[in-house]
Amino acid sequence: MADITMTGPRGPKPKKAFSRANIFLYGTLIMVSMYYLLPLYVMVVTSLKGMPEIRMGNVFGPPMEITFEPWVKAWSQACTGINCDGLSRGFGNSVRILIPSLLLSVTIASINGYALSNWKFKGSEVFFTILIIGAFIPYQTMLYPIVILLREIGLMGSIGGLVLVHTIFGMPILTLLFRNYFASIPEELFKAARVDGAGFWQIYFQIMLPMALPIFVVAIILQVTGIWNDFLFGVIYTKPSTYPMTVQLNNIVNSVQGIKEYNVNMAATLLTGLVPLIIYFASGKLFVRGIAAGAVKG
Amino acid sequence: MTVASDPPLRTAKRPNRLFKNMMAKIASIPMILTALVVFVGGTAWTVVYSFTGSRMLPKTKWVGLDQYERLWDSDRWIISIKNLGIYGGCSMVLTLVLGFCLAACLDRKIRFESAFRTIFLYPFALSFVVTGLAWQWILNPDFGLQSVVRGWGWETFTFNPINDPDTVIFGLLIAGLWQGTGLIMCIMLAGLRGIDDDIWNAAKVDGIGTVKTYVVVIIPMMRPVFITALVLIASGIIKLYDLVVAQTGGGPGLSSEVPAKYVIELMFRAQNLGQGFAASSMMLLSVVIILIPWAYLEFGGRKNG
Amino acid sequence: MKLSTKLLAATAMVSASAASAVELEVTHWWTSGGEAAAVSKFADAWNATGNTWVDGAIAGSGGTARPIIISRIIGGDPMGATQMNHGRQAEELIEAGLLLDLSDVAEAGGWADLVNPSSLLESCTLDGKIYCVPVNIHSAQWIWLSHSAYENAGLSVPTDWYEFAASAGDLQAAGTLPLAMGQQGWQQNIAFGAITLAVAGLDAWKGVNVDKNADVARGAEYTAAFEAVAAARAFAVGSNVQDWNLATNMVITGSAGAQIMGDWAQGEFAVAEQVEGEDYSCLPGLGLNDVLDTGGDAFYFPVNDDPEITAAQKEMAALLISPEAQVSFNLAKGSLPVRGDIDMSTANGCMQKGLEILASGGILPSSDISFSQDTTLQIEDLMAQFWSSDMSAADAQASYANLIENAD
Repeated sequence: MADITMTGPRGPKPKKAFSRANIFLYGTLIMVSMYYLLPLYVMVVTSLKGMPEIRMGNVFGPPMEITFEPWVKAWSQACTGINCDGLSRGFGNSVRILIPSLLLSVTIASINGYALSNWKFKGSEVFFTILIIGAFIPYQTMLYPIVILLREIGLMGSIGGLVLVHTIFGMPILTLLFRNYFASIPEELFKAARVDGAGFWQIYFQIMLPMALPIFVVAIILQVTGIWNDFLFGVIYTKPSTYPMTVQLNNIVNSVQGIKEYNVNMAATLLTGLVPLIIYFASGKLFVRGIAAGAVKG
Repeated sequence: MTVASDPPLRTAKRPNRLFKNMMAKIASIPMILTALVVFVGGTAWTVVYSFTGSRMLPKTKWVGLDQYERLWDSDRWIISIKNLGIYGGCSMVLTLVLGFCLAACLDRKIRFESAFRTIFLYPFALSFVVTGLAWQWILNPDFGLQSVVRGWGWETFTFNPINDPDTVIFGLLIAGLWQGTGLIMCIMLAGLRGIDDDIWNAAKVDGIGTVKTYVVVIIPMMRPVFITALVLIASGIIKLYDLVVAQTGGGPGLSSEVPAKYVIELMFRAQNLGQGFAASSMMLLSVVIILIPWAYLEFGGRKNG
Repeated sequence: MKLSTKLLAATAMVSASAASAVELEVTHWWTSGGEAAAVSKFADAWNATGNTWVDGAIAGSGGTARPIIISRIIGGDPMGATQMNHGRQAEELIEAGLLLDLSDVAEAGGWADLVNPSSLLESCTLDGKIYCVPVNIHSAQWIWLSHSAYENAGLSVPTDWYEFAASAGDLQAAGTLPLAMGQQGWQQNIAFGAITLAVAGLDAWKGVNVDKNADVARGAEYTAAFEAVAAARAFAVGSNVQDWNLATNMVITGSAGAQIMGDWAQGEFAVAEQVEGEDYSCLPGLGLNDVLDTGGDAFYFPVNDDPEITAAQKEMAALLISPEAQVSFNLAKGSLPVRGDIDMSTANGCMQKGLEILASGGILPSSDISFSQDTTLQIEDLMAQFWSSDMSAADAQASYANLIENAD
């Protein structure tokens, strides 16, 4: 996988600050930026308008009268059926799903990656290849067998079941990430530790783990966004009381009572996107590394 | 570990070595189980049951290739495949072109590079559900883009892709590109940064123009990056599901149906598991066709990477 | 054993409060305004017995909700009770022993005598045992007309389909969309069913939907029906909504002249505080023949190991069909009650029309009962294609006849 390290730009130096080429270059970049920023802008302004203003029809116009009511409604009052507690319950569930999934999947994958790069055994590469191919298999192929699997171990519909599903489907890409990272650590370190008589776990905890901190951050960012944004598994393997936020969002947006409240929908959409967005803006380059490595997960 | 001259030590070493392997094996049990039970087992199970007449519950009532015959006879499936073809083709070309051009622009030693990069990439942090809902709203004919342009005085302006069966797939494409090009741009940018300055200097000495250098020299050099990008885009396209559900729900009519949705609808809504399994097996087959050449290039070449 | 459960069920019905409080999760897809108002009647009634109704609403119509419900039942994590349309949807779940046998509750409550029409109970029955509680009757053959749309265009409100079709041009000229249509296969299929029943007539309709006779589907009556549907398609050009209740809302606001939708649209008019005969009109059978199908919703109870939950499930089954719950629920939902022995005099004009037709025996089986989900989805797919393209009526009829020929 391409490992992205952002060193300085390499192109030839531009000659003049305002050459024709430069104007064209910046013009293009600014135009394209507008395409990327437009939806975010529209979502924000829509979520701050009242319904009468929305019906007047200018999606791009800034709100004449700013109201936070849609946000309050999306968070705590929007209804699905007779439950009118908005997205707040979904947020709690998403957190309760996220934390154990994150811990379990990152722990297992780091151990996998370590075993695969330093403790190869007969067949280990075969399992790894299966895992990587597994990352590309359409999830639909495995949906039903997993229903059966979860039934057999009694986890269907529980948060534990969804945690397991996230751990399974996060494994290929995270394992790849850790394997490549551990393989890049000089072998001498590992050999010296072996000569000193250190075992599998000793080397893992005392040498590898402290060195792997950056890749742990990347893996965590990757998993947080991936798990938070999941919709398919959340909808199939949970039940209404444990729905994650994305499923709750889809429910709220699709339960139209009377007229469609676009402002509430947009506020709900933004609220759901907030967690990954905050992580994205806060983590900067590490996020870029994470998704570039994790893109296989799709 | 060359202590063969000492017999007592050698016997002591044996169980130790076994133990060493054992620990790694024990630690790998979750991975082995996932690979064998879920990925191999689950996939095989699905393929096997695609040859049965299972309806709501899986049953071993063998029907041979009947499910596949019906699949390729079904309008819904054919439309799904066509849609995926159009979406996939456009998305692949446009993502590569856009991703590369944006990366090349950012690589021209510009100001505010990181600001632009942040802008191009942020949609990737958002889920497809969020993406679909946002674009559904912007493309809403009564309130969105169309009504705004009409409000400017251009009364006949028509841009209503999500409600027009002929163009709905492009409505999806606009949203899909918005979400996904940033990632490809990042990968391309990393590829461009990996190209030696000497190449540029040599091109300059030879008097080759900037654009021509990109086309003739740089792009061929970045072949592996393009292949990686292509595989990423392709695997994403086949999985296309959440976006369709959130943005168009497959409509109007069947005009934005996709194969992944066919599988879910047939398995759960039509309660025809066998048909759903047959469709997912076809999806699997297409993935394998894409994957094998790539896996060969990516992993076959460097065994001990 | 049999006797004791019967006794248990009987006592549960008599003195509900005696049973210990149990939480039952109930899944359903009633999320529109009128539907949510109706389901809360059930919830209130259940909570009043000292038990707790844990609401598991799933948005986005039965097509979205059913997979979730089924995968949970199959996956061994069943809910306490779940809505499903009765008919053939639950057949295999029953055969696999995943749904609770309610025969004892039914016997104790005398369902066989009070459920009207009796076909409702029959569709809950497999091998002589009863597995579901029918809670309402829905019929799909209604057209809803907006008075304000017709007044604005200076026209009188039509009284049958042919008058509506004749007025469509004038409505269009007045800038009003004649027919609101949600762009989803099942809605388009409802419109198709209603128009064919009205235009092709009862015998032809039965020939196709009950006897699955493909020759009738190829016949002249159906040719006329398909042409009428093609005309209706032209009336609905420019209808950009997806959800049925958004289409209903167009009729409520007068931005569309009419909508063909089942009687559940009634609930939306009620929530918008519109009055039948003043703000809107409804025509059963599109005003042409007084017959309605008798689909509807039913509740199923997945088998549970916990005897306490099983007892609560039976208690709920009895509650849902009790006269009080039936009246309050159906008034809110705009559907007809499943028992003929209760007073529905507070119902509005549209429901009275439905009740009259029901009483006079103008009853059709729901096509949910004769076709499998698989076939239904195929027909809906065809309708979705037909309504959203310029497919000719003749081509659509030919494809339809093929589907009927291979239907199961």
